[in-house]
Amino acid sequence: MNDNNTAMIDKYRNSFLREVEDNVEQGEWVKMCMQCGVCSGSCPFGPHWEHPPQELFMMIRAGKRDAVLGTESMWMCTSCYNCVVRCPREIPITHIMHGLANYAHRLGLAPKVNPTRRFAKIFWDNISKNGRVNETSLSIKLYFMDGYSAGVKRAVEMANTGLGMFRTKRLNPLALISYKGIENPKQLQSMLKKAREIEGRRKGYPG
Amino acid sequence: MTDAVPTNETILVVGAGISGVTAALEAAECGKDVVLVEKSPSVGGRVAQLYKYFPKMCRPLCGQEINQRRMDASRRLRLYTMAEIESVTGEAGNYDVSIRIRPRYVNENCTACGACADAVEAEIKNPHNLNLNAVKAAYIPYSMSYPQRYVLDPSIIGTDDAQKAKEACQYGAIELDMEEATVEIKAGAIIWATGWNPYDAAKIQPYGYDRYDNVITSLELERMMDPSGPTGGRILRPSDNREARSIAFIQCAGSRDQNHLSHCSRICCMASLKQSTYISEKYSIDSDATTTIYYIDIRTIDRLEDFQKRVQADEKVRFIKSKVANITEDRISGDVVLHGVNTEGYQRYDNQHDLAVLAIGMEPSVRAGAVGSGIAGDKSGFIQADANNGAIFGAGCAANALDVNRAVQSATAAALRAIQVVNGVAATEAGS
Ligand SMILES: Cc1cc2nc3c(=O)[nH]c(=O)nc-3n(C[C@H](O)[C@H](O)[C@H](O)COP(=O)(O)OP(=O)(O)OC[C@H]3O[C@@H](n4cnc5c(N)ncnc54)[C@H](O)[C@@H]3O)c2cc1C
Repeated sequence: MNDNNTAMIDKYRNSFLREVEDNVEQGEWVKMCMQCGVCSGSCPFGPHWEHPPQELFMMIRAGKRDAVLGTESMWMCTSCYNCVVRCPREIPITHIMHGLANYAHRLGLAPKVNPTRRFAKIFWDNISKNGRVNETSLSIKLYFMDGYSAGVKRAVEMANTGLGMFRTKRLNPLALISYKGIENPKQLQSMLKKAREIEGRRKGYPG
Repeated sequence: MTDAVPTNETILVVGAGISGVTAALEAAECGKDVVLVEKSPSVGGRVAQLYKYFPKMCRPLCGQEINQRRMDASRRLRLYTMAEIESVTGEAGNYDVSIRIRPRYVNENCTACGACADAVEAEIKNPHNLNLNAVKAAYIPYSMSYPQRYVLDPSIIGTDDAQKAKEACQYGAIELDMEEATVEIKAGAIIWATGWNPYDAAKIQPYGYDRYDNVITSLELERMMDPSGPTGGRILRPSDNREARSIAFIQCAGSRDQNHLSHCSRICCMASLKQSTYISEKYSIDSDATTTIYYIDIRTIDRLEDFQKRVQADEKVRFIKSKVANITEDRISGDVVLHGVNTEGYQRYDNQHDLAVLAIGMEPSVRAGAVGSGIAGDKSGFIQADANNGAIFGAGCAANALDVNRAVQSATAAALRAIQVVNGVAATEAGS
């Protein structure tokens, strides 16, 4: 277990709802849920969720910390916003799903092999490095995220698409060697670092 | 009925539904002069459209008859139908009110014999039946209309039909040159009892009221159940006129929803429970007809809970704890398919029914802001009691989403407040 998680358990002993309110984006809305179920019924991924949103909200209020933070459920959210437009209490459900996923990831509790989590991480590392997405290295990282042979197989499958993108100048192989990105990526990185510090201080993350 | 000239000791009541009629009668029977103004051609309001009343399951027409007799007997009550308030000026104890009266084209000589309706050919949509069927353009709103007097629809004025109606009348009751009139009165206090309208179901996009024939509102079901209603008391699917056997109720259709009405309309749970008994009554015990009620939570207060218990004991009525996510239509059968998640156990469902009834929410028919500038209203537009309202008092569903029992209580309370104001006026005038 990482330090963040231990610190949070100490700080919020027995009140997982409080913990969510303080640390999860839009978490203060969780208490507003009246358990009507319209979000769960409206989700296009509904049948594939272990716990649909209104169940997650109830679990948060029931203090089921490990079950909530360790589930794959909120990682399923595709941001279609069906639930948000139908929620009779105007709860920003989509944002809470992403907030929960992000929080679980920070605490090191998110499921390790979850593809959404891994893609998000690859994407974030990529964009924060140059300030702009390097599509070529992003695709390659993504293809090879399950190892070398799986990557080759996927690349062969997608060869025609890749060639098409190359011909229409949507994919530049040279970007693998040098990619320019924004003018001064260092500045962006120090801004991101500062933002993290401020957030960490506010939420009480250790160091 | 009276011919007394209204003074500032008069109480004006706007809207003659159960609340307005109650407030007017209570005040008149306490010896106050009352002017009652009703927009439609008859008193009665929404309850006249109900087949039966919960909790006693009696016919509303019966209570209406009692009130009509009280009105006949009241020397101090003056009624204007087809009338609306044009303007109100002044302050508590001293209002000047202007009332605009639309022409009815039929005078007091009318005996409600119906000869004019027989003579007229044109038809109009029947507002009493929520436009589900048509009536002749010379009509009486419903069997128990008060006053018992026909109306000519303005669309036929100047046509042959109007002439035919006039010629058919043996009593000289038809006056084709009747014009709009304005009456100015004084009043000391005003009771605003303009009631409610069903929320516009078409705005609840996922339920497809505007797209699917077999999605109807609870108020439309009330009209269907009435033996003198548009379907002669049968629950017929609009798509194919087949008798509906599997009927779904969707609770909180528009209510308790920030996208629509943020308030709980309070009566819809009881209304659906009541309507489920209509279905058991229509189709005998051994038939396969079923009712399914989809709900967030069932709200029946006080002794109304006994009613809920009774319905819950009925095996033909199923309860599913779920706000339905959306409705689709089965193109071939015209059936409605309800989609959602049963929150007791989190099972998904895609349930097919013959007919879906939206337990539609109530909104005030005149919002507080439209009653007069500065009249206090809540977020939904219901009139709130407020010292700055002067002597304008909300009553019944103009003030809150209420059942008849509570609407009548609210009306009596408003009558008492109005009486106190005009008593104050009388005391000042006696002293001066
Ligand atoms: C489906 C359904 C079923 C129901 N069943 C029951 C039941 O079984 N038992 C029960 O207790 N309650 C029931 N109710 C609730 C009941 O309908 C209300 O409690 C009742 O109608 C309230 O009466 P009201 O006089 O306040 O309003 P209304 O009945 O709406 O009367 C208002 C009157 O004011 C008039 N008016 C409107 N605007 C103006 C204006 N600008 N100027 C002049 N006049 C105007 C209208 O024409 C009308 O005559 C049901 C409601 C629904 C939706």
